[in-house]
Amino acid sequence: MTDTAVHGHDSSTGISNIKLGMWTFLGSECLLFGGLISTYMLYRGRVTGGPRPAQIFDIPFTSVSSFVLLMSSLTMVLAVSAAHKNEHRKTNLWLTVTALLGATFVGGQVYEFTAFYNEGLGFSTSLFGSSFYTLTGFHGVHVTVGIIMLMSLVGIFKRSAVPGKKAEVVEMIGLYWHFVDIVWIIIFTLVYLIPV
Amino acid sequence: MAIIERETEVVVPVTVTPTSTYGVLKRPVSATGWRAWVFTVDHKKLGLMYGATAMFFFIVGGVEALLIRLQLAAPNGKVLNADLYNQMFTMHATTMVFLFVMPMAAGLANYFIPLQIGARDVAFPRINALGFWLLLFAGIFINLSWFLGGAADGGWFMYAPNSGPVFSPTNGIDFWAFGLQIAGIASLTGAINLIVTVLNMRAPGMTLMKMPIFTWMMTVVQFLLLFAVPVITVALFLLSFQRNFGARFFDVAAGADPLLWQHLFWIFGHPEVYILVLPAFGIVSEVLPVFSRKPLFGYPFVVFSGAAIGFVGWGVWAHHMFASGLGPVSVAVFSLTTMAIAVPTGVKIINWTLTMWGGKLYFSTAMKFSIGLIVLFTVGGLSGVTHSVAPSDTQQTDTYYIVAHFHYVLFGGAVLGFFSGFYYWWPKMFGKMLNERLGGWNFWLMVIGMNMTFGPMHILGLQGQPRRMYQWTEARAGEGFFNLAFWNMIASIGSFVLAVGILLFLINVVITARNPTRAPLDPWNSRSLEWLTSNPPKEHNFDVIPTVHHLDEFFHRKYEEDPESHTMRQIATAEEIMAEQERNADKHIHMPSPSYWPIVVAFSVLVITFGMIFSYLIAAIGGVTLLFASFGWALEPSTAPESDFESNSSTPGTALDSVGNS
Amino acid sequence: MTTDTTHAATSAEHAENHGMSNAGYIRIALILAAITALEVSTVYIDFGPFFLPALLIMMAVKFVMVVSYFMHLKFDNKIFSLMFYAGLILAVGVYAAFLATFKFFIQ
Repeated sequence: MTDTAVHGHDSSTGISNIKLGMWTFLGSECLLFGGLISTYMLYRGRVTGGPRPAQIFDIPFTSVSSFVLLMSSLTMVLAVSAAHKNEHRKTNLWLTVTALLGATFVGGQVYEFTAFYNEGLGFSTSLFGSSFYTLTGFHGVHVTVGIIMLMSLVGIFKRSAVPGKKAEVVEMIGLYWHFVDIVWIIIFTLVYLIPV
Repeated sequence: MAIIERETEVVVPVTVTPTSTYGVLKRPVSATGWRAWVFTVDHKKLGLMYGATAMFFFIVGGVEALLIRLQLAAPNGKVLNADLYNQMFTMHATTMVFLFVMPMAAGLANYFIPLQIGARDVAFPRINALGFWLLLFAGIFINLSWFLGGAADGGWFMYAPNSGPVFSPTNGIDFWAFGLQIAGIASLTGAINLIVTVLNMRAPGMTLMKMPIFTWMMTVVQFLLLFAVPVITVALFLLSFQRNFGARFFDVAAGADPLLWQHLFWIFGHPEVYILVLPAFGIVSEVLPVFSRKPLFGYPFVVFSGAAIGFVGWGVWAHHMFASGLGPVSVAVFSLTTMAIAVPTGVKIINWTLTMWGGKLYFSTAMKFSIGLIVLFTVGGLSGVTHSVAPSDTQQTDTYYIVAHFHYVLFGGAVLGFFSGFYYWWPKMFGKMLNERLGGWNFWLMVIGMNMTFGPMHILGLQGQPRRMYQWTEARAGEGFFNLAFWNMIASIGSFVLAVGILLFLINVVITARNPTRAPLDPWNSRSLEWLTSNPPKEHNFDVIPTVHHLDEFFHRKYEEDPESHTMRQIATAEEIMAEQERNADKHIHMPSPSYWPIVVAFSVLVITFGMIFSYLIAAIGGVTLLFASFGWALEPSTAPESDFESNSSTPGTALDSVGNS
Repeated sequence: MTTDTTHAATSAEHAENHGMSNAGYIRIALILAAITALEVSTVYIDFGPFFLPALLIMMAVKFVMVVSYFMHLKFDNKIFSLMFYAGLILAVGVYAAFLATFKFFIQ
């Protein structure tokens, strides 16, 4: 039963409430990550103690994990496509693969943070440290939330008890997942590839 | 829900029982007693709860204001010490801005947007409920700091590095930051919900340019919230990370730029100003045409100037920072944009004035408050223009002149607008009219009180009395007509006149509640769709979803133009229209069902923030609860399936009957 | 459930309207991967004055491709684009002005 049926008339625009709500939310998220990225850009070169960015960034390693996250967007879109075609097994398969790729990315981030910490970059070491960990940490939390949603979806689908349209739910989580991916596209370029 | 007939459709038997399929708990279906309020997702009940919460915090913030004025009434004030004074003005501003004006606007928006666009509820009823509970918990959380070591004391804009642990060692600012974070989530969810509602749930025929003006202004406000809240979220996170986890964002020793906070705060803060005042503009634009017996003059101009204010409001933030050494280019740019934003605001003032021009004015209390807004907001607007001139702003910054300015725009704008709305919409919300005689006293005492309180502050400010000083001394008071002692005393007396005015409103509410007389169906001869239903509205709002043909649809159902004399003549009364609605009532209206989850989710968030301050163990417990509650939420359809009703029905036979009927 | 199949039918139609097949998605992903490789190569190969603009353009291209194709914005209702790009453009504009007040771009 859709929301429009509940309220007794079709939506004025003919599009679903939840999808419009999701895009509205993503528009808002642009300003959240914009603020975090700007803070990092302002402070990236300000190192009074501890390592500078160029001294600790491991570009090959981060390139691989960026690639992994990028490919998870492909598997996500395949899951959405399968869900629209009502191919339940494929949907579950691609959702699981997406979650695994996401988990690989987060695992890589944990490894990276540990390595940076061991090389002397703590959260309180410098402005660079504070703003770097805050920005990438916020992104990592978003990815983790995405993984939890994906895994929950797989679990729920196994018991086939989804209120609302199944394909739409997959599509919404897909939108969120892709958004997290495009944020990383920006972070990867601005934080890692452009030297201070 | 008891009073609504359930939709009867073919229900394919489900093999699983609802309790195991749809989460941990059975959903509440009771529509009586306290459960009807705590678990409600009805936009009207939530609107009233928002309103009551906001009114409570209005009184709290008002008492704080009176204490401040008592302290400053005479030289060497002894009512508060310096520390308590700092907490008092910080919490006064925080309470009034975040816990009174914003929730009151949210409440009115919640109540009236669905009614004005001809919808039966909002797009996401449970998210709507979540927003209210988050806001209430945020308000309680912030104010608990009074009893847990002291409240925030950095001023409402909490400038860094003054907000750091060195200068403010109590937990006050932590409570403040986390509390505003919760309130921010509430605003953000509310904004998404109302934007989708307005875009998606308008009655057939209601194009955007046929929407009532209040809905339009509130939509602009929701867009401002949508984009401004994340900015303050970032700023508050930076502040919390600095205070709680040792980040260096505002640590000058580490090379930080304290202006970072100022920029982030005011990028949020200036749109916030319009978030506070545009709802009142919307109310006034509804009230003036009704009591002038004329349509709103230049409706498209009012709409587009509102949207223009919303847009230009993003490019003026640094005028709050002219004294911070931004550099000449920035100051010049922001000076010009600030002057530019006065234009759309001026357009509105002209539209309101021309709405009244030549109209058959009826001076109800609502109308008086609206006219009061036009006059007093203009005063505040003009002093605002003097701030846009950077050299003069340099003299005014951090003096009482600024305090005078923003109280004229916020009290003269937002608060008078709300009171106009209260008197206008009270019969709609409660089915009873507020006493107009008492309303007159209420209005005049408030207007006189506010001018006595805030008017002298212009003089005090230009004479050099700084903001946030906890005492002033006789030695520096000066002599003659412009001495500080005289005008401070006037301001303090004025604040009590103002308080009596507001007390009269509360008395009026009590008297009205005890008065058994019901309000007529259409007491003001109104124009917009919210009057196309009973007073107070039924749970499903409209018996028939109206099809809209005109701006001011309700007016055009009552009146039509006489082709010969070109005057409007009445073709139907409100009672006749209502009877017609009831005759054609939809038989099967399926409303969204109440839910436990919004309050549980909101409470989990509260527990997490408590834990962030006192113990991470508590935070972890809150996190786990939040996770479970989210699952409960996600697995519960927004409308209960028939089987849920069955299991709670005392006579299962009736439910089966209804299935069999179709 | 009976309603499910009708949804499925319309959804499948819907997917075709989007004009993207799974092969199409894979093609997009390959392009994205190639751009990423090019981006990483800028660290090792000297592009001279083109370094910064090239990186920013490649970033923007990847961003728009994911949004347009993977998130279907190109084929979807224009209101979604309006909502998202309003936020994006506002964010870019406001934060660019914010960084400009710190003289970030003239360092």
